[in-house]
Amino acid sequence: MELASAKMIGAGLACIALVGAGIGIGNVFAALINSLARNPAAQGQVQPFAFLGFALAEATGLFGLAIAFLILFVF
Amino acid sequence: MAIELHPLHQFTIERIVPLRIGGLDVSYTNSALLMTIVVILITALTVLGTRRAALVPGRWQSVAEMSYEFVADMIQSNVGPEGMAYFTFIFSLFMFILFANLLGLIPYSFTVTSHIIVTFALAAVVFVGVTIIGFVQHGLHFLRFFVPEGVPKVLLLLLVPIEVLSYFIRPFTLSIRLFANMLAGHTMLAIFAGFAAILGVFAIFPLGVNLLLLALELLVATLQAYVFAILTCLYLNDAIHMH
Repeated sequence: MELASAKMIGAGLACIALVGAGIGIGNVFAALINSLARNPAAQGQVQPFAFLGFALAEATGLFGLAIAFLILFVF
Repeated sequence: MAIELHPLHQFTIERIVPLRIGGLDVSYTNSALLMTIVVILITALTVLGTRRAALVPGRWQSVAEMSYEFVADMIQSNVGPEGMAYFTFIFSLFMFILFANLLGLIPYSFTVTSHIIVTFALAAVVFVGVTIIGFVQHGLHFLRFFVPEGVPKVLLLLLVPIEVLSYFIRPFTLSIRLFANMLAGHTMLAIFAGFAAILGVFAIFPLGVNLLLLALELLVATLQAYVFAILTCLYLNDAIHMH
């Protein structure tokens, strides 16, 4: 197999990691909506954690995307 | 006029003023220019904003004071009063990353934090600094940080290497998180802009997606600066309080 085709396949496979990001972010905001539905007064306390959780979950998925870019453009 | 369709060309570093000292290339690049603009803007905001400080603040003074309060609040709730000794460092770190991320969103501008070497330099400073603070504060007792309380001796053989590994991976996750977010965001914007450039009438659709992406990128820019700063505070808390 040529290197260029192998790179394309590798980059595509590496992007499967973003599934985890999607599930994780969904989990975080589902928890946020659930907790705010039970106790709307907690919004000031819970919302910073929701944003922190979103950023960390997104970052984990983007590690996979960084590998995809690494495969495509560096090696 | 050729349409620039390669989405990663926006990340190339161009020399504005070529300079060589000995064998080293120390040219003034577009990255250096953006960093200079970031520093000038932050200085202008904080110095000029509080120049004629009134008890009832005007707009700029409000913004300067709110950013101070935001970082001070973050340090005091995550590190405690002892953390305020490191306030200047964390404030500079937060404001630099925030302004660098936001300035990169201007069309035809350059995102300083989209290069791994920049984010790794920041993360390495944080990691080395926090480790040194831990050793200065606790001496060799700091190594107890890797041995959690109440764990049966058998599990320690497995747990301590895992704890050490997850400690040393901190500068890498810290830098790659910021770098990958900026890279991915700006690449997406460039890709959809490329679609819009070649579609003619139907360009309204990728343009609409780009608008939503830009809103997301504004959120991500501020959020990533906040996450970098708060993780620095948490690592600092680990070093000072060792829990």
